[in-house]
Amino acid sequence: MKKFIEKAVIMDQDQMDRAWKRIAHELLEKNKTLDNAVILGIRTRGLPLAERLKKTIEEIHGLVLPIGVLDINLYRDDLTSLTEQPVIHQTVIPVGIKGKKIILVDDVLYTGRTIRAALDSIIDMGRPELIQLVVMVDRGHRELPIRADFVGKNVPTSKREKIDVLLKEIDGIDRVVIKELMEEDE
Amino acid sequence: MLKAKDLLGLRTLSTDEMDEIMRVAIPMKDIIMRDIKKVPTLRGKSMATLFFENSTRTKSSFEIAAKYLSADCTNLAVSTSSVQKGETLIDTAITLEVMGIELFVMRHGASGAPHFLGRNTKARIINAGDGMNEHPTQGLLDMFTMKDKKGDLGNLTVTILGDVAHSRVARSNIWGLTKYGANVRVVGPETLLPIELQKMGVEVYTDVDKALKGADVVNVLRLQKERQSSGLLPSLVEYNKFWGLTSKRLELIKEDGIIMHPGPMNRGVEIMPEVYEDPRSVVDEQVTNGVAIRMALLFMMLGGKTSDEIN
Repeated sequence: MKKFIEKAVIMDQDQMDRAWKRIAHELLEKNKTLDNAVILGIRTRGLPLAERLKKTIEEIHGLVLPIGVLDINLYRDDLTSLTEQPVIHQTVIPVGIKGKKIILVDDVLYTGRTIRAALDSIIDMGRPELIQLVVMVDRGHRELPIRADFVGKNVPTSKREKIDVLLKEIDGIDRVVIKELMEEDE
Repeated sequence: MLKAKDLLGLRTLSTDEMDEIMRVAIPMKDIIMRDIKKVPTLRGKSMATLFFENSTRTKSSFEIAAKYLSADCTNLAVSTSSVQKGETLIDTAITLEVMGIELFVMRHGASGAPHFLGRNTKARIINAGDGMNEHPTQGLLDMFTMKDKKGDLGNLTVTILGDVAHSRVARSNIWGLTKYGANVRVVGPETLLPIELQKMGVEVYTDVDKALKGADVVNVLRLQKERQSSGLLPSLVEYNKFWGLTSKRLELIKEDGIIMHPGPMNRGVEIMPEVYEDPRSVVDEQVTNGVAIRMALLFMMLGGKTSDEIN
């Protein structure tokens, strides 16, 4: 069993809120208009983060954007080598995505493989005008040529470390922590 | 997660396993409804259908399910294969297995044939109907349809009408539904009602009207003309008169009850054309749900490893 111990808190609730407010501003600045935008959260932690972004954009710009949820498990590239079969959930998108600006939301950007799967699954549902990626934490170590357009916080990590984005909706607390792998023997 | 290597029947499946299959079928059904009906999930996986009996919907449904999940599916045409030269079932399967086939979907006229094959291959087996024993994927798609339309299976009264004796569909329905605590009634001519039915935990009726009264679901079985031995039925016309589902008999089921049929239909025999046309008929949706259930099973049996294999 791999065992991780918590090393430090790198974002608290305040910092997480501020990051999302900043990104809501940056989104409008970069896109000029968000009239044609749809927010998509990647299960599991991307969904509450997408809901928060929707709320923040509504508060700041008075704009109500449609929101959907993406399950990327059917598009994973490691299905046959996983030890446990992933649990498949529904992908629910309330509007057609053809010609839309997609704002894709996830908690942590790491190897880029989840985002690759998400991109494939979106494009199988239609041809959006563009896709932009929003993440709370970018921790580096990309294995694919993928980058985020909007990042809450860049955190340089080692591969022995792990980033956990804890969210009130799921974990009862808002906090980003960094953990380190302990020796595997007990 | 499925516990056994092979999916042979609902008799040996737990409600946890059936719940999981029906749950995975929901996102699979979404894929069928999309413009691009394909996900790359099972790319590079190989399976074969091995049908020793005729089939339209089950065979094409498995084949379509495989295609939507990007698995490669080979159909062995038994009537033009070396089976006709006398090659045995095991040799036929092993020949395909050493070519890389990882899963067989098998239909056979002999009850227990898929069980026998499963013991002799490393490949996983899905029973697509064995003799008069079981047709588990039909049972699952029927329950999935009932659950979708009527909610919790434990609260339902389901009437299975017709040729129960020859019906593997009836057996899979009975094994599955009774595990969920559904109230299952079976009704048909006495010559087509096997004696051991009561032991399966169902109510046996010989009066159609009583059996239909207040039912949430009526599942009409196909009269299996190819399996009738002589003397069981006087004539098809008489069967229709006494046991066929007519609009008049339909008035007996609940107002919001649903009508099901596993197909192929003998119109004018066990079911009247206007009953199939009734808005409460879910016969076509059963076929769509069949693809979703089979996609779920293929994903669960070919994608990722089971915990047993890892241990």
